[in-house]
Amino acid sequence: MNNSEINASKEPGSILEVGEYKGLLSWLSSVDHKQIGIMYFTTSLIFFLAGASLAMVMRTQLIKPNHHWLSPETYNQIFTMHGTTMIFLAIMPMLTAFMVYFTPLMIGARDVSFPRMNALSYWLYLMGGLLIYFSFFTGDTLHMGWSAYPPLTSVNYSMDLYFVGTGVDYWIVGLLLTGAGTIMTAINILVTVADLRVPDMKLARLPLFVWMSSINAILMLLALPALNAALVMLFLDRHLNALFFNPAAGGNPLLWEHSFWFFGHPEVYILILPGFGIVSEVIPVFSRKVIFGYSFMAVATVAIGFLSFGVWAHHMLATGMSFSIYYVFAFSTALIAVPTGIKVFNWIATMWGGSISFDTAMLFCVAFILQFTIGGLSGVAFATVPIDWDLTQSYFVVAHFHYTLLGGTLFTVMAGFYYWYPKITGRMLSEKLGKIQFWLMVIGFNGAFFILHFAGLAGMTRRVYTYPDLPHLATINLISSLFAYVLGLGILIFFANLVISLFKGKPAGDNPWGGWTLEWATSSPPPPHNFDRIPPVRSIRPLWDLERSQMAPGAAAPPSRGGESS
Amino acid sequence: MNKTRLAMLLFVASEAVFFIVLILAYVLYHATSPSAADASRYLDIPKTAVFTACLLLSSFTMRQAAVFLRTGRRKPALAWLLATVALGAVFLAGQGAEYVSLIGKGMTVSRDLFGTTFFTLTGFHGLHVFIGLIMLGTLFGLELKGGAACPAEAVECVSIYWHFVDAVWMIIFPLVYLWVLR
Repeated sequence: MNNSEINASKEPGSILEVGEYKGLLSWLSSVDHKQIGIMYFTTSLIFFLAGASLAMVMRTQLIKPNHHWLSPETYNQIFTMHGTTMIFLAIMPMLTAFMVYFTPLMIGARDVSFPRMNALSYWLYLMGGLLIYFSFFTGDTLHMGWSAYPPLTSVNYSMDLYFVGTGVDYWIVGLLLTGAGTIMTAINILVTVADLRVPDMKLARLPLFVWMSSINAILMLLALPALNAALVMLFLDRHLNALFFNPAAGGNPLLWEHSFWFFGHPEVYILILPGFGIVSEVIPVFSRKVIFGYSFMAVATVAIGFLSFGVWAHHMLATGMSFSIYYVFAFSTALIAVPTGIKVFNWIATMWGGSISFDTAMLFCVAFILQFTIGGLSGVAFATVPIDWDLTQSYFVVAHFHYTLLGGTLFTVMAGFYYWYPKITGRMLSEKLGKIQFWLMVIGFNGAFFILHFAGLAGMTRRVYTYPDLPHLATINLISSLFAYVLGLGILIFFANLVISLFKGKPAGDNPWGGWTLEWATSSPPPPHNFDRIPPVRSIRPLWDLERSQMAPGAAAPPSRGGESS
Repeated sequence: MNKTRLAMLLFVASEAVFFIVLILAYVLYHATSPSAADASRYLDIPKTAVFTACLLLSSFTMRQAAVFLRTGRRKPALAWLLATVALGAVFLAGQGAEYVSLIGKGMTVSRDLFGTTFFTLTGFHGLHVFIGLIMLGTLFGLELKGGAACPAEAVECVSIYWHFVDAVWMIIFPLVYLWVLR
């Protein structure tokens, strides 16, 4: 114990040695954005593991045609929980974790503007998540898919045909809680960025991650209340016999779909924008070049945020609408590909001519660009209304959104972990395990999901527990399932890497990658007060400026990449 | 801009979307379901117009209270604050009486689409008024205790919220009560 006390008085080399972070109470009562960020990371990773396990169960059920290992009711519960978990309890809070942890550090602030509200957001998220999972113990969890369309969620279906019972109520209340937490986080991030930047940091010098997190916060702020309103209406329908979604009394289930997707499409961008931000930080550092088209990146993000509120009905093209509405939504959907395309070009242009080092974080970014482009292309295909009519509710949709959310967002999250884990914990993640994980994930992911496009084209319908033995379907699904296990193995290696490196990882030093943004100007892990000194901010790369100013003859050597330097 | 004030404005923006969805639900069923349009004739328009005037007036008294607090004149500020609470409470009591009479006539949340959308929309507005009253009451108590206990931003934030709640009613009233008079 004496040892650790001595260490704590010096600069701690690992998160485990920070005196202020010792003991359970320091975590339970914390209002430090870094601790709350770590709690977000941990909780969302646990939920992610649960969601991934459910996916493995699904792929096992689908491994052969006419498979009766799981009952239809069980399968419905599993895909509903998989979707709900991944979207609301794993990916979104994981991105929130990056936002909460790094936004204050990147703008040179000590904490977020409202630290106690920040803690409240986290606890609401945790409680909401536990409530949703608690529905398993009521013996009757969710059956209706994550989009929860009525009438599958109405009480009439409760105890007879589809066994939709109290699980839906847990789902509603859980999502209301996490939603309230998310809105608070959004307010917190926006006020922090508006109020707590170091004086020199003009908006045009804001790191792109902070730009994208801020736009993301605006989307959260304005999209989640639409979901909350829809949830409230559903709750009233179920408990006070209100008639919002009851067709027998003139109610219209389409009202749910419109409200839900008015939230749901911005949500899609909520799930990717911080990921774009991570990639925009990682690629320049590992290419040793400044980001190409900084202001275009920022403006394209604003454009995506703005357009994302005008495309929701493309989720409902098959419900039948007038042609003028089809034109509007087909056009806006195709239009939103433009700012996204700008980003892809800018990332590639940043790498062009750079001296690229393919560390694991960079590998994930490169794979992200390729996979996200495929997901984007299949997404634009859906903007064409007849294609959507043909392919909606098929496995083509499943392949499409897994290319954006798994091949897209999850890969950016992985890049973020490999890039920033040293900053958070003071230890490097193992590059050896990282490269194994990367290749397993790339091979597993593409093997499992690319082929599902063809399953969809062949007419295989999603959300059905098994399928008939039609030509090709058995082969396609067998291949997909086998590759899914490879993907699962990659994810397990990631978790092993997180744990092993925490104890055995190489000490990171302040700036192992030669990064240029302010979070690298403090120690790893950062002290509870974040900064002892903040370098002046004269451009989007303050540490680069610092390095150059020190390169005058006689000055100390500039901080360089690798190991324990600095 | 002051950080607490900015946070409150952002929160109000978020709440606005919540109400827009509920308002659109009302409009949808009022426009498409003939029975909902008929049922809305149950409403007592003149009476509600009076309570609406109370709420509108309370926005003015809130503004007066904020102005006096800013210039540090506690006594008149407390009086205006009390007037705001009273007007808000009158509005809420009026809404309660209206609910009782409607339910007495058999109009409930589950009777038809008018009942569903009307009670949901006005109910959530009433809930917001109620929360506003709690905030105003807290403000009043802190102000009574002494100026230092109550930070200046708190007054500004409560008044932003209160004006927002009033503004929402200024949309609901014509939409729900005056649309009947076609």
